[in-house]
Amino acid sequence: MCGIAGIAALSARAQISEPDVDVRRMLLALRHRGPDDSGVYLDPHGRIGLGHTRLSIIDLAGGVQPMPNEDQTVWVSFNGEIFNYIELREVLQKTGHRFSTHSDTEVIVHAYEQYGDDFVQYLNGQFAIALWDAHRQRLLLVRDRVGILPLFYTCQGERLLFASEIKALLPLLAEAPRISPTALDQIFTFWAPRSPNTLFEGIFEVPPGYLMVLENGHLHESMYWDWRFPEQDDYLPGSDAELAERLYELLADATRIRLRADVPIGAYLSGGLDSSALVALIRHHSAAPLKTFSIGFGDKALDESAFQQQLVEHLGVDYRRVFCHNRDIAEDFPATVFHAETAILRTAPTPMRRLSGLVRASGYKVVLTGEGADEALGGYDLFKEAKIRQFWARHPQSEWRPLLLKALYPYLETAGAQAKTYLRNFYGIGLDHPDQPGFSHLTRWFTTAQCKVFFSPELSAALREDAVAQLTGQLPPAFERWHPFNRAQYLEAKTLLGGYLLCSQGDRMLMANSVEGRFPFLDHRVIEFANRLHPRLKMRALNEKFLLKQAMATYLPWQILERHKQPYRAPDIPAFFSAAPPAYVDDLLSAEKLKRYGYFDAKKVSFLLNKARRGHAIAYKDNMALVGILSTQLCHDYFIERFSRTIRELNTRFRGSTQGQP
Amino acid sequence: MSIKQTIRRYVLENFLFTDDDSALQDGDSFLAGGIIDSTGVLEIMLFIEETYDIKVEDEEMLPENLDSIDNLVAFVQRKQAVAA
Repeated sequence: MCGIAGIAALSARAQISEPDVDVRRMLLALRHRGPDDSGVYLDPHGRIGLGHTRLSIIDLAGGVQPMPNEDQTVWVSFNGEIFNYIELREVLQKTGHRFSTHSDTEVIVHAYEQYGDDFVQYLNGQFAIALWDAHRQRLLLVRDRVGILPLFYTCQGERLLFASEIKALLPLLAEAPRISPTALDQIFTFWAPRSPNTLFEGIFEVPPGYLMVLENGHLHESMYWDWRFPEQDDYLPGSDAELAERLYELLADATRIRLRADVPIGAYLSGGLDSSALVALIRHHSAAPLKTFSIGFGDKALDESAFQQQLVEHLGVDYRRVFCHNRDIAEDFPATVFHAETAILRTAPTPMRRLSGLVRASGYKVVLTGEGADEALGGYDLFKEAKIRQFWARHPQSEWRPLLLKALYPYLETAGAQAKTYLRNFYGIGLDHPDQPGFSHLTRWFTTAQCKVFFSPELSAALREDAVAQLTGQLPPAFERWHPFNRAQYLEAKTLLGGYLLCSQGDRMLMANSVEGRFPFLDHRVIEFANRLHPRLKMRALNEKFLLKQAMATYLPWQILERHKQPYRAPDIPAFFSAAPPAYVDDLLSAEKLKRYGYFDAKKVSFLLNKARRGHAIAYKDNMALVGILSTQLCHDYFIERFSRTIRELNTRFRGSTQGQP
Repeated sequence: MSIKQTIRRYVLENFLFTDDDSALQDGDSFLAGGIIDSTGVLEIMLFIEETYDIKVEDEEMLPENLDSIDNLVAFVQRKQAVAA
């Protein structure tokens, strides 16, 4: 994978000054994404500068970017992979296009020539693309369908700046950015800012599934793909067995084309169903030796080593593991936040960065990973909870109500009468309006939003609109015609998947160590197929990912198929407070810094800190609040308080070539 | 400090993160106010067990014992009376 960056003139006749110097400054900040090479293209009329830093994976010798078409009227800078490039190349060659390399990048250039803006519909892959059409003087910025790869932009006077990460925009800003109150409100509700927002005011992302065009001084965007579900019960016909077979074939092909690379490929293995299924698929569709990479925790409640070991033995694959202690997480957390470039409510990205470090240290730069199966095929506990709460709302007197809870939480530690009382209270949220659009997610959003009690009066006063009302007011018109289960899937894809899992916990943690992740479950053919399945094939009663288990039944040990789903988590408060915390924690959570930065109420935070130090902060919301507050303070520290120094540190030397003019 | 003052202060500081006495009335339900969830009730239980050297049985973990300042105070006093 790679990093892209660029500058374009916003108004129709303007020229940009010093594009070469500035694009190079941007690329310096992205060096971790592409350590192998870099390049810049400058438009002869000063309309645009395009930059690229490269991590070489396909066509190691020929894939240098930015890359032009035959007559150098179309230039592309591209981060990602087009997995169907071989098939697409054949089609394009038949229509007369001449290729001068064997890279997937060149396919983009010719596909644009052939299909215009519709070219993106032909791509199967993960991508952030900047394409300059010199003939028509237009810039295209395109992001993949679900948001695997990032692309940010900001308008600065006469210039549009765009880059793979926010940190590449910073060196060109006249002053430090400001943290957006709206973004904090959204993070402390949905776990992430809502696209196109980022943590920072005036800095936006190109939303997943969108194409943005700058032409004649106008910037406009359009959606080219979205999660869609049947509106009139027109689900896919067929028996369970037939549909399971079709799912298997699709997953096998999605995996097969993701094994295309000129370097060896590894796989993440958590020990859960999805990564196990993926490793089994690779094993059955590739003869190459496979190395798997896993995380282990000292906390037995979080550790999945036994399941990892079981699968490794079952499939006979090579296995490496990184072990995460509380102290490692506390010490690595600042760097995690620096790479994530946003406030986060969990430490879970930190072990993911250590894991990509292990991959890199093992001589690998590509891994396949199982993200997306829970969203596409129906795996989350939240989907079960929503199903139970729907049932409760419709059958308020049913004797089954307490039994359903027990089925959902067989491992629940709290016992007896109180557990039932409190859970009934919790899951009762929103029961009076089971048809409201956010119903499935109200429990999570309500719990998370309780962390806002720590907001300072000034921050609270700056908030105008209710985050949940705003989200539910912007859903697609068809939403209300979808099955409640599909509505929950849509909300999950649009909040947590795109806003947190694929970026803060995904791309940014992989790229911090120059490792590319590939996601077969997020192949759009898999998603489109899954979206047409009846919800009972995803959640059969309370059995999650039913059809995936059917599809994989003969390839996996029963212990993996039947284990209760364990969400991936890392220690949060215990990581910092089971021993004396690192100095930065006390410093950033001191009354002085809390007051000066201004986002949180110093006194309230001091009570939370006391609780954490005594080891009494065990509630989810206390853990989310503390990690959220600390990461917000870290963002302010890096990107605002020490803005100049951070830029200076990003600005170290980096070699590369320039194409075009001047 | 009286039992009520101690418990009040604990609940205010640990669940409402404030020392403002007006934030909570003695009869307010923790549950209805969203102040305490299922993990919070475990924290309260541990607190009164440690502070008052009593043992809370599973079947005693009911809202009528634990769901407001008044209920908690009455519960602790009953347990202490039984133990004495």
